[in-house]
Amino acid sequence: MLAIFATSSKSCAKGIERVMKILVPVKRVVDANVKIRVKPDHSGVDLANVKMTMNPFDEISVEEAIRFKEAGKAKEVVVVSIGPGKSEETLRSALAMGADRAILIETEEQLEPLAVAKILKGIASTEKPDLIIVGKQAIDDDCNQTGQMLSALLGWAQATFASKIEVEADRAKITREVDGGLQTVELRLPAVVTSDLRLNEPRYASLPSIMKAKKKPIEKKTSAEFGIDISPRLTILKTEEPESRKAGVRVQSTVELLDKLKSEARVI
Amino acid sequence: MAILLLAEHDGVALSEQTARATSAAQKIGGDIHVLVAGGGVSGIAGAAAKLAGVAKVLMADDPSLKNQLSEPLAVLMISLAGNYDTIIAPATATAKSVMPRVAALLDVAQVSEIIEVVSSDTFKRPIYAGNAIQTVQTRDAKRVLTVRAASFPAAEFTNSAPVEIVAAPADPGLSTFVSAALATNIGRPDLTAAKIVVSGGRALGSAEKFKDVILPVAEKLGAAVGASRAAVDSGYAPNDWQVGQTGKIVAPDLYIACGISGAIQHLAGMKDSKIIVAINKDPDAPIFQVADYGLVADLFEVLPEFADALP
Ligand SMILES: Cc1cc2nc3c(=O)[nH]c(=O)nc-3n(C[C@H](O)[C@H](O)[C@H](O)COP(=O)(O)OP(=O)(O)OC[C@H]3O[C@@H](n4cnc5c(N)ncnc54)[C@H](O)[C@@H]3O)c2cc1C
Ligand SMILES: Nc1ncnc2c1ncn2[C@@H]1O[C@H](COP(=O)(O)O)[C@@H](O)[C@H]1O
Repeated sequence: MLAIFATSSKSCAKGIERVMKILVPVKRVVDANVKIRVKPDHSGVDLANVKMTMNPFDEISVEEAIRFKEAGKAKEVVVVSIGPGKSEETLRSALAMGADRAILIETEEQLEPLAVAKILKGIASTEKPDLIIVGKQAIDDDCNQTGQMLSALLGWAQATFASKIEVEADRAKITREVDGGLQTVELRLPAVVTSDLRLNEPRYASLPSIMKAKKKPIEKKTSAEFGIDISPRLTILKTEEPESRKAGVRVQSTVELLDKLKSEARVI
Repeated sequence: MAILLLAEHDGVALSEQTARATSAAQKIGGDIHVLVAGGGVSGIAGAAAKLAGVAKVLMADDPSLKNQLSEPLAVLMISLAGNYDTIIAPATATAKSVMPRVAALLDVAQVSEIIEVVSSDTFKRPIYAGNAIQTVQTRDAKRVLTVRAASFPAAEFTNSAPVEIVAAPADPGLSTFVSAALATNIGRPDLTAAKIVVSGGRALGSAEKFKDVILPVAEKLGAAVGASRAAVDSGYAPNDWQVGQTGKIVAPDLYIACGISGAIQHLAGMKDSKIIVAINKDPDAPIFQVADYGLVADLFEVLPEFADALP
């Protein structure tokens, strides 16, 4: 492994182990299995009494960070969430998985990715992590922006859609899921990486670790402390149900299916 | 003012998604300038110059752009951004990576994956895996947009716009390309552009069975091949075949889902297909709720019959 790195990057400081501090932003979102409903007045999505969890991609990021720690390649894993007070539950789940400490930036507003990225930049400037693992996308807003924006604001390297992260000295080698297959890039640390589904399979927290997590520290801050403009840039005019599809007909055989596709639908 | 459209290409050919994003740009209105960035891309720039409605093509041809890494590409786009009030690209892996970087450097919001242009500053986009559609208006001076290509028709190739060469700024040197393992789907259409898609799910059981059962049908239909996340995770199909919320979004004339249950996240990637066929053993599988033609049967019996019956 080390040999590969030494040949592929001239400036690689051979043999110097970097023990990283890893920052992982985690967002509280509607559980992936919930079928959400749009409010009848089109003002948004009805989130009353809906099951909430950690964004699945963020679970993957936390898992990855913890694996680095278990492998002796990270000394500390810090998780951060920006959102309502209940986001504390999300942070507790990350702590139960094995993160060391948490930061909660409490806000009742729905912040846009640019505002989230600006707050995360503020946190990165005090925490000084070597690696920030952000989720590829939040499954509520489906924006897929925050990690890239954060990386731009910090002036750091980025690699999106990671399915493998290897770190040696001052470099990270990332395998990315791209449209045509896989691409491998090497980043200079510190860097921002966004996690894709196949990076790992997150663990379930054990009961003892859930108990232990209750004692881990959660530091609370407000967005005002960062002195940045987080006002929305977008106005949401309306939220609607998508056009629904109606179930069609059942066919009884392959022959009937082929016939329908040829003579009724005319698609083959 | 004018629109800067980032062309999608693989270093060899212009992607059809560029033509689709062009028709979204036409709806916004204004001169459209297509940026073709890469290494050895004069042929691709020539193809982009044929796109209907394009006023000119900007070609940034430089070894540092060969792999379209986000950091140098963003620097290039920022160097051009002053002349444009809209920066737009099809929502491909490259654009999804670079566009938010550009937006942040310009200090503007990005509107991701628009599916409709309501007016020059107002767009519709799906949220919650397509279970809700938002209409959003941007208040920023510049608009950064990605386009869900499947939702727009492709602009035609009937033009001959001039190609202008632009210089690539110095590479910030933050990341370097190591290698690529790209699929060779030779002879098969691109998943996002195909008229027919045949997809397989967890039911296929192995990469061999996936190949033996799905591919012959796809080949006979001239179709692209798709897969559910479960099929990809289990190693039956490569990652670039995944259809869904976190995979590719397709809207072909015909989508054939074989042994796919129809989870919300899968439906998010294919429910705008014109005709949907579901082949599934379980009569209660949710995929049947969106299927125009449903066949409750064992796919291992149906698909070989299907392939045999096709010319
Ligand atoms: C954050 C997140 C993102 C996701 N993104 C995606 C995504 O982009 N794309 C995606 O697809 N999924 C995605 N998923 C996963 C999704 O929730 C489902 O788990 C997945 O789509 C299931 O795949 P499947 O239908 O192949 O498998 P299963 O749900 O296991 O369904 C297999 C089906 O095959 C049928 N079957 C079995 N044997 C036969 C047979 N011999 N003949 C016919 N039918 C048979 C069964 O009845 C069953 O309906 C995501 C999940 C999460 C949490
Ligand atoms: N409010 C938030 N708090 C913490 N992390 C967030 C928040 N919003 C977004 N993120 C991070 O950014 C990723 C991508 O979100 P998005 O750009 O909104 O799709 C998520 O997976 C999180 O890792």
